[in-house]
Amino acid sequence: MIGYVTRRLAACVPTLFVVVTLSFFLIRLAPGGPFDLERPLDPQVLANLRRIYQLDQPLIVQYGNYLASLLRGDFGPSFSVRDFTVAELLGHGLPVSILLGTLALVLSFGLGVLLGTLAALRQNRTMDHAVMVGATLGLTIPNFVIGPLLQILLALTLHWLPVAGFDNGNIRNLIMPVIVLALPQIAVVARLTRASMIEALRANHIRTLRAYGLSQTGVALHALRGALLPVVSYLGPAAASLLTGSLVVETVFGLPGIGRYFVDAALNRDYTLVMGTVVLIAVFVLVFNLVVDILYALLDPRVQES
Amino acid sequence: MALIDRCKSLLLVVTLIGMTSGTVLAQTVYHRGNDADPETLDPHKTSTVAEANLVRDLYEGLVIHDGQGRVVPGAAESWTVSADGKVYTFRLRANGKWSNGAAVTANDFVFSFRRIVDPKTGAKYASIIYPIAGAESINTGKAPVETLGVKAIDERTLEITLEHPTPYFLELLTHQTPSPLNEASVSALGADFIKAGNLVSNGAYMLKENLPNTMITLVKNPHFHDAANVRIDQVNYIPIKDTAAGVRRFIAGEILSMNDIPADQLKALRTQLGSQVNVAPLLGTYYIAFNTKKPPFDDKRVRSALAMAVDREVLSEEIWAGTLVPAYSFVPPGTANYGSPGAVAWQDQSVIEREETARKLLAEAGFGSSNPLKVELRYNVTDNNKATAVALAGDWKRIGVDTSFISTDAKTHFAFLREKGAYDIARAGWIADYNDPQNFLFLFESGNGGLNYPSWAHAKYDALMKSAARGLNLEARAGILREAETLLLAEAPVAPLLFYTNRILISPKLSGFTPNLRGANATRFMSIRN
Repeated sequence: MIGYVTRRLAACVPTLFVVVTLSFFLIRLAPGGPFDLERPLDPQVLANLRRIYQLDQPLIVQYGNYLASLLRGDFGPSFSVRDFTVAELLGHGLPVSILLGTLALVLSFGLGVLLGTLAALRQNRTMDHAVMVGATLGLTIPNFVIGPLLQILLALTLHWLPVAGFDNGNIRNLIMPVIVLALPQIAVVARLTRASMIEALRANHIRTLRAYGLSQTGVALHALRGALLPVVSYLGPAAASLLTGSLVVETVFGLPGIGRYFVDAALNRDYTLVMGTVVLIAVFVLVFNLVVDILYALLDPRVQES
Repeated sequence: MALIDRCKSLLLVVTLIGMTSGTVLAQTVYHRGNDADPETLDPHKTSTVAEANLVRDLYEGLVIHDGQGRVVPGAAESWTVSADGKVYTFRLRANGKWSNGAAVTANDFVFSFRRIVDPKTGAKYASIIYPIAGAESINTGKAPVETLGVKAIDERTLEITLEHPTPYFLELLTHQTPSPLNEASVSALGADFIKAGNLVSNGAYMLKENLPNTMITLVKNPHFHDAANVRIDQVNYIPIKDTAAGVRRFIAGEILSMNDIPADQLKALRTQLGSQVNVAPLLGTYYIAFNTKKPPFDDKRVRSALAMAVDREVLSEEIWAGTLVPAYSFVPPGTANYGSPGAVAWQDQSVIEREETARKLLAEAGFGSSNPLKVELRYNVTDNNKATAVALAGDWKRIGVDTSFISTDAKTHFAFLREKGAYDIARAGWIADYNDPQNFLFLFESGNGGLNYPSWAHAKYDALMKSAARGLNLEARAGILREAETLLLAEAPVAPLLFYTNRILISPKLSGFTPNLRGANATRFMSIRN
């Protein structure tokens, strides 16, 4: 197992290199630079800034410098938030995103698996229809609609929760954003669980168990173990996307996660911050895919043998 | 028994917590919505409105804006100007103190002015102090910083020598860039001087905490010379990225003020919030530029036709919900040292009359129903810019002009204009850095490469601007500048469409927040009623 993990980790290095190289040149292809503003800068001032940030050097030299500093673990200074380095910005934002993402992940998998299983056990009955209609709604109503609606309902009308803000991670400030983050994921997980559970319930070994007179709950639990495999493989991408934050949720609820850096940095042509976020999300995706494969092996012994 | 003891100590702890939070509550805290997070709190490197708000609270320049946006003494208590208008001598306050208790000295200002023009600093607004002798050649690396015309005569006397007499020099000094930094702290700490806990500032407030994307906390500076009159103990600057969510936070009382109300909500908010909704004029112009280097836009008749066919009242009311006001001049009304601005010749004509004239002008230029003029309008994408572009196309359709659009994100758009891309017509905007007509009209001097979007060159305009720059008599100077503006409007390399406004929500709990032309609202002039 340890050998397998090491091999997989080693395989990540060339992938990361390709990601870094591609994104470095792609963002430089975008027209304009970090210092193009609605209020244009004096050309002489612009020349000074380009020199300070080494943007006046040939692109290939800049690329070499960036790779060298990346190897030293230095993500460089941010162009758009100049009092902080990229590492400091990600260091501030990542814990917030991970906190929100973990809560949303737990909520969506807990509730999603529960609802999906209930729906499968009551296939084509009211419970099933209710879950599926709810799941479709959860998937189709965008978060920029749900977020403001919740704010109007829970904060402005009922005065239960604050409208927005982080307040050092006060749980009252996290409830609405976690719900908004989790809703579409609950829907996906519920649908996945329902589909594979229905299939699992029809499998021969489950029918045998039923024939032996095992209780309904016992049967369901046995079926669930096999039915969870597709859900677990969805866990990887879901975790990577939830833990790296969401632009909309962070903007609507005024939360200091890293989600908005992805979009803001690209729009601001904050080259170093773009690269920092890209590297971070690439690492997340690679790691969670690995975690999923390990979980797979644990749930399904056949994978481990091969 | 043990249980009872435990309960007692718990009770004690609860009481203690209650008491401490009681004292915290007794402090006046102002939750202030800000347009965005600052790029930096280093005043010499700032450029945005959001930064100006913070810098105004943290630092005090030689002269400042009071709560109404008027120029008043700041770190300097008085000054004299030499007869030729070129030498300003500032007398610093005897009780001017940094937040660490040290005295604010003339040397701190010498250090700061030199730092701004030093090319190694990369100050975005270094050009704001180019009128100071030597500033421009230092900033372009042609002279050492020691040659700058800023001298400390003694601890409290600062002498600034200008290149040419500059009647708006004091206005320039109210900009956030020439704020002072503490030399000792910057030299000792290097780049880290700006971090919370390190930053030494001379304004009414000092930096307590800086959490990116969350909140910047300022607390009252006990050493500030007017600390006795500063009534708010703590300011929490909260960046509002989503203005609609910001409005909800304001209604819930989580913030006491915020800028930039979304235009589409303005009418509804006026009904709901009444006088808490404030719209104040701002020194800024929303305009379109014609590429005068590209036919047929090198033809004044074509430009004028397009400029006069636009129904600015409809733009203002229908597209911008009254949040921007119709513009018939390039310099906004209310600009200092000017009187009433110049105006387009056709301002008092009805839209129908203007359309008729426009059609005639186009026909003279060789365009008509058999040979319609086709134009391409470039703009940076926002909902309101898009709606404005569509409205312009509608107005131009009525005079037989076909419009197509190219929309890009802001960086692409402004880089394209800066690099003189081959556009027909482009959307642009200008917000004044200082309150003087020169700050609008200088844009279209032929030598002004980067900022002269229409690439317009007119010898008489250049000559007028040059002679205005030499003028010492403000009234005569205003006359010359008005002549230049009238020429600009008649030649129409640009068409001003609207003037910007400040749209601010202000809670009735907050007093002393007076919307003004400069958007200058320092927290030290405000107070909170509970």
